[in-house]
Amino acid sequence: MLTGKVLRGVKRQPLSLIFLFIGSVLILFTILTLFNMVFRQIVLEPEGLLEAASDPVVIESILLTLYASFLATLIAMVLGTPLAYVLARHDFPGKSVVESIIDVPVIIPHSVAGIALYALFMSRSPVGGAFENIGIVFEDSLWGIVIAMLFVSAPFYVNAAKEGFQSINPRLERVARTLGASQWKSFYQITLPLAIRHLFSGAIMAWARGISEFGAVIMIAFYPMIAPILIFYRFTTHGLKGSQPVAVLLILICFIVFILLRVSTKYWERRK
Amino acid sequence: MITLENVSHEWGDFSLKNVSFSVDEGEYFVILGPTAAGKTLILETIAGFYIPHTGNIFLKGRNSTHVPPEKRNVGFVYQDYSLFPHMAVKENIAFGLKMRRFPKKEVEMRVQSIMDSTQISHLKDRSPSTLSGGEQQRVALARALVVEPDILLLDEPLGALDPRTQESLREELSRIHMMRGTTTIHVTHNQGEALSLADRIGVIMNGEVVQVGTPHNVFNEPVSEEMARFVGVENVVKGRIVSSEDGVALVDVGNYEIRALSSLTEGEVNVFIRPENVFLSKGRLESSARNSVVGNITKITRFGATFRIYMDSGLSALVTKQAIEELGLNVGENVYASFKATAVHLIKGARI
Repeated sequence: MLTGKVLRGVKRQPLSLIFLFIGSVLILFTILTLFNMVFRQIVLEPEGLLEAASDPVVIESILLTLYASFLATLIAMVLGTPLAYVLARHDFPGKSVVESIIDVPVIIPHSVAGIALYALFMSRSPVGGAFENIGIVFEDSLWGIVIAMLFVSAPFYVNAAKEGFQSINPRLERVARTLGASQWKSFYQITLPLAIRHLFSGAIMAWARGISEFGAVIMIAFYPMIAPILIFYRFTTHGLKGSQPVAVLLILICFIVFILLRVSTKYWERRK
Repeated sequence: MITLENVSHEWGDFSLKNVSFSVDEGEYFVILGPTAAGKTLILETIAGFYIPHTGNIFLKGRNSTHVPPEKRNVGFVYQDYSLFPHMAVKENIAFGLKMRRFPKKEVEMRVQSIMDSTQISHLKDRSPSTLSGGEQQRVALARALVVEPDILLLDEPLGALDPRTQESLREELSRIHMMRGTTTIHVTHNQGEALSLADRIGVIMNGEVVQVGTPHNVFNEPVSEEMARFVGVENVVKGRIVSSEDGVALVDVGNYEIRALSSLTEGEVNVFIRPENVFLSKGRLESSARNSVVGNITKITRFGATFRIYMDSGLSALVTKQAIEELGLNVGENVYASFKATAVHLIKGARI
């Protein structure tokens, strides 16, 4: 019914009609690409998918991916929330420079980011060496995966959180202050609960971005293999037949997890 | 109770310049000024959201310039109400008491009692987004009052409401002030609001205090031409005092002379006459009004429920529709504009 209304609205405007037609090609492109793979795997070759799902190497790799990206997202939240708040509330000289720096990881090629991370955090470098002294090794380890994911996914969280804080009228915080709340309390009791939805959706974005990272991770931690690397490895050694089932499995699992998260936040919001 | 002493602050391209005034204990003080005059910023500075670059703020006799907002015990009500959207009405009201760590029982009791007295008990479980403007404003008031603030700061509290709700809330404000006697600063651009509520008025323009005084002072004895135009004294004529006798000055304004009760005895002056103090007649009147100026009607415009008659003498008058019909006032006709010497206010003016 809604699409009917939209279409009727568009019909009388030739420009919109043509744009709608052109625009739908892009949507179709996305749907077709993913649907083709998923459909072929599930319907035409279900046994390959089952095989992948019962392969401990595959499952372990997917779990590792979700877990590493989860850790990266947690770090992004702890460090990114205060940063986002400051950016949302204050103007200071050099603010636009800071904002550009935050966006840099989105712009640079991720293999470049991987090389840069490797150069800084490898055991032979001073920084990597210092971490090694306290027992944290990045080369070919979970922490290597986490920092690579953090590097590429943090901008998604910070920007979403900043937008969330900006959407809250600072007058609410001010009124809370006059009512006796300290700055901390007004942040904790007013700002945070009102921004939580934005923070959460930013975290989901960052998490998804981390899961999909390949270029940056492969430079610093080929092993243990995260799912995108395992898929690439199987593709180079076994071709489409070896890699596609893992790819489909990863997509399905991610899809289910994201739907569950969305539903649970909706439920959680309604309860409040 | 509240004293601002040469308070200056800059925000980008706007600044407050040497703002000084005092508000007495229990007083209802209205800050009046046009839009973007800096009225809200003054309130926010008193509340402690900004520390002035220079100058001092004294609250209850104590220099409070650097005291954080949460320690000032002020209640703040914004024009947009600023209710916490994630809390029900009663939680909004309870917020300040909880911050002050009142025991739970006491919180409930006080919340209930303030809701009763502001007639919003039936709204207590509602979410702010479901309330009308007037209801939201009552909740915002209750939230500010429940903590028994020393000072109540109201930022255009009636600005976003429809006329009928404005009326009832204005009465409410008046009633609350009478009952509680809380020292109140009320910011508005609305002169009617200022007149009906204020003990005293401070007029702010472009970040500066232009005049502070009783409503009578401010509306009838404006200190400058800009002030006069702002408070609606639209008849501003320039002239020169030619003589003065028994406190009545005779002012030559070009084509005619005006008699004014004034302490001024000589020099260039600006002459202010409120249009509602001017009455019109077809012939010259025998009356106690010391001024009667003949003029030709140049324009008639509607002004709310009344009509405004402009004459080529530079004066204008406010009259009713009935008066226009009975006198047969029309553009191009001659009329006499009469007004008392006491309705004229003179201030020293520079030569044009």
